[in-house]
Amino acid sequence: MIDYLLTEEQKMIRDLCRQITDEKIRPVAAEYDKSEKFPWDMMKVMAQSDLFGVYIDPKYGGMGGGVFELCLATEEFSRGCAGIAICYSASALGAYPIILHGSEEQKMKYLPSIAKGEKLAAFGLTEPSAGSDASAMQTTAVKDGDHYILNGVKHFITNGGDAEIYTIIAMTDKSRGARGASLFVVEKGTPGFTFGKKEDKLGIRASSTRELIFTDCRVPKENLIGREGTGFIAAMRTFDMSRPGIGAQAVGIAQGALDEAIKYAKQRKQFGQTIISNQGIQWMLADMATEVEAARALVYASAREVDAKVKDVGMHSAMAKMYASDVAMKVATDAVQIFGGYGYMKEYPAEKFMRDAKITQIYEGTNQIQRNIIGMALIKESAR
Amino acid sequence: MSGITVYKDKCVGCSLCVKGCPFTAITLVDKKAVIDLDKCTLCGSCVEACRKFGAIEIVRETTKTPDIEKYKGIWIFAEQRKGVVQSVAYELLGKAREMADKLNTEVAAVLLGHNVQDKAQDLIHRGADKVYVVDNPKLEHLLDEPYARIVSNLIRKHRPEIMLCPATSAGRSVISRVAVQLRVGLTADCTELDVDITDRSLLQTRPAFGGNIMATILSKNHRPQLATVRHKVMKEATIDPSRKGTVEVVTFDPSFFLSRTKVLKVVDEVTATVNITEADVIVSGGRAMGGAENFKMLEDLAKVLNGSVGASRAAIDEGWMPYSQQVGQTGKTVCPKIYIACGISGQIQHLVGMQSSDIIIAINRDPSAPIFNVANYGIVGDVFQIVPLLTKRFKEVL
Amino acid sequence: MNIIVCIKQVPDTTEVRIDLVTKNLVREGVQAITNPFDTYAIEEGVRLKEKFGGKVIAVTMGPPQAEAILREAISLGCDEAILVSDRAFAGADTLATGYALSKAIEKIKDYDLIICGKQAIDGDTAQVGPGIAATLDIPQITYVRKIEDIKDGTIVAERMTEDGYEVIETKLPCLLTVVKEINTPRLPSLKGKIKAKSAVITSWKAVDIGAEESRIGLKGSPTWVLNIYTPPPRPKGQIFEGEAQVTVNQLVEAAKGLFH
Repeated sequence: MIDYLLTEEQKMIRDLCRQITDEKIRPVAAEYDKSEKFPWDMMKVMAQSDLFGVYIDPKYGGMGGGVFELCLATEEFSRGCAGIAICYSASALGAYPIILHGSEEQKMKYLPSIAKGEKLAAFGLTEPSAGSDASAMQTTAVKDGDHYILNGVKHFITNGGDAEIYTIIAMTDKSRGARGASLFVVEKGTPGFTFGKKEDKLGIRASSTRELIFTDCRVPKENLIGREGTGFIAAMRTFDMSRPGIGAQAVGIAQGALDEAIKYAKQRKQFGQTIISNQGIQWMLADMATEVEAARALVYASAREVDAKVKDVGMHSAMAKMYASDVAMKVATDAVQIFGGYGYMKEYPAEKFMRDAKITQIYEGTNQIQRNIIGMALIKESAR
Repeated sequence: MSGITVYKDKCVGCSLCVKGCPFTAITLVDKKAVIDLDKCTLCGSCVEACRKFGAIEIVRETTKTPDIEKYKGIWIFAEQRKGVVQSVAYELLGKAREMADKLNTEVAAVLLGHNVQDKAQDLIHRGADKVYVVDNPKLEHLLDEPYARIVSNLIRKHRPEIMLCPATSAGRSVISRVAVQLRVGLTADCTELDVDITDRSLLQTRPAFGGNIMATILSKNHRPQLATVRHKVMKEATIDPSRKGTVEVVTFDPSFFLSRTKVLKVVDEVTATVNITEADVIVSGGRAMGGAENFKMLEDLAKVLNGSVGASRAAIDEGWMPYSQQVGQTGKTVCPKIYIACGISGQIQHLVGMQSSDIIIAINRDPSAPIFNVANYGIVGDVFQIVPLLTKRFKEVL
Repeated sequence: MNIIVCIKQVPDTTEVRIDLVTKNLVREGVQAITNPFDTYAIEEGVRLKEKFGGKVIAVTMGPPQAEAILREAISLGCDEAILVSDRAFAGADTLATGYALSKAIEKIKDYDLIICGKQAIDGDTAQVGPGIAATLDIPQITYVRKIEDIKDGTIVAERMTEDGYEVIETKLPCLLTVVKEINTPRLPSLKGKIKAKSAVITSWKAVDIGAEESRIGLKGSPTWVLNIYTPPPRPKGQIFEGEAQVTVNQLVEAAKGLFH
């Protein structure tokens, strides 16, 4: 691994998360993948180690780091289990809108319990008919005195049902299209806020994915994040920040798959020698390792750029997410190939990485959408 | 002056001591060994490594027990639980007798408890020349404080040169206090004992570093030389009903029986399995057993062989068996006559706990599993297939 | 409640190998770690502090580099750490070690409970804990697998025995040695790690604790190692491979004489 010149504190985060991954996550990863139970015990371990607050201001009980620190943690956890890792990082996705646009009162109210890991957060944007086209969203929020009344359905929501704090986008003025969207904090247990069934997924099966159903759900007006109509912009800014995190998850998956592939290639004997002695295998591994490192370098650079509050980070964070997730899919698939028939069997660890990798090309904006973002940015840049 | 010295003229710069030092305290400077005294613990590994050249020496200047030659006789601590003398005490008697004959001295047993006086004759039949009995209701339970106080007092009065004690949880706890009260040496968990008749010192051999090495320990400047001895290693003394000896009932002032600890309850955890450290045959299961329900087949095999069931740490961590049955570094150390490892790969942590078994039989589907390196007999195959067949076959022939 | 946890730095014995040619311990790549049983002691101490308040002080005797395990103890929730370190302690056996630690504890003075792991994995003696209790003349409960209650200066704990367990009551201050069953140690926290990095580790030499010269180090150690050797390798066994019933028959035929 390239020396990324981490600070002492960043090294501590990485080492601690690695220790948690090796000692706690790895031994249970296959079991959670099979049972699809929510990994509460793992969340507790991460909370006890102060890891839910790595990106939150010390003022709200965090450790004062940023997106980069969150990426370090997510990457390490994903080496062991991307499903467990996403339960952790999706909480940050839910918290970002509050960090970016929340009022001081909202920050004081919600961030400390998120930083301590006492409560998980989740972000609710996607709807059944509003996936990549987020502006086609149907959920409405109608002002009624001191409250907003929410109606509609969000789906494929990571941590849905298990999180306590939800940041939700709803239309406060449909006639204004994307400019009519607003962000709200909705707490679990609010009357009129219920959950659909848990989805049965190809990968990241330890994480929970549910529908959020709002039926005349009354939310106090203090729960509006920012001003009315700024929801869509806030969501896009949130994604600009969160994309390196998905990239980090992808790097973790790719690294985990690569590690297993190397280990196996050194053990497996065919034709009287270990298969790693074959140049064909060495070349595959060399390509995999190079791609993983390139992805990591891009993700880290993009995360550092976000933390440095550089303007217009959208294109680079899209590149990081897209490239790393494509690498994860390719490397995980190649790892299965190196394992041969064993790679196809659930008894061996290779196939899980491949199943887990796929989602990173899809969520938080499909890689096609990422290319659109990059393409648009290129046009914009060249027009200057 | 106490300490470690390197004789530069004898040192040939071979670096054996550098490799032998467990604490990385030795480096070669200009082809001579140099010892970093901040790291050195004076463990003696380098002296051993340099035996051929004799370039390293550790000088000990220790205190000596006064009137050391006045200490005579070998004692054993006859541990009883619920009024029953534990079989390990008979193992100690066997060894004590053998060494006492070499030294031409007597063997005495120390028996503390309540309503235990009638057990004294058994100890004589097993080789004791003398039994010191302290019988008091307050000694019903093995309480560390009164037990240690009384044993120390008896030792001060009668001056034995050696005392052996079982390396049980109670024995280790009591005798550790005795050693401090008398300020003498104590060697834990010995697996071999012998005496040097020239200076009447006790050669105490025990495993160290997780059983990777054996160390012989001396305590020749102090008396008595105290050692705890591992169960099932020494041979039990045979019974000779014609043996004669004396029983001395000793009484103590009530203050000797005071204890700040109090036993509120004694609970025997009754499982289908007996205390595995007592078992002659142990059938153990590992991760490959796949589930708690599958231990039934090990119980069936154990039943046929009159043994009990153990488990590796992997199986305990899965919750398939209670911790009391764990064999290995963080569990129990066992040395049965026969140990049958079923689906246990043989991690070093496990081997440490069972490799001194007389006979090891391994069943594992991986022919390269490390367990086969220590096994006397083994079958390469699937435990679920082999174990039931084995049970059936043993039932037929035994 | 003030709790003292006694810990030891040990080589990870699971990694120790013997060089078959030189018969020496191969220590390359062998890490120095906190004695695994002591990690349960640390965890129990920290849990008791969280429940009853007070502080946890980690104490170790060892060479200067043993400081590493004290920092680890702080990252796991201990409040203070003391390194008892002096060349004069080198060569200590269990008697001299117990004495030195007792003198350090006497200097700390204000404590209610001392917790030790049941034994260290390098020596496996289980003697230092009771040795400290005897030197300080306080009661002990060894092999504790559960603390049932601490109230009004009285502790009730379950002690593992060969047959099951005993429930034992005693007065504080007292010393406990704990077994693995007592808890699952936590991993360090980030705040703990940051604290540990800059924590001041108190270091005491023999004179600081008022240890008598004749009772420490080589001089205070009645026992010493005469020689060290590798246990003879077990003879190569008979391993049967092939059809299940055949191998079973072969094994039973070979081994049946062992059972009588």
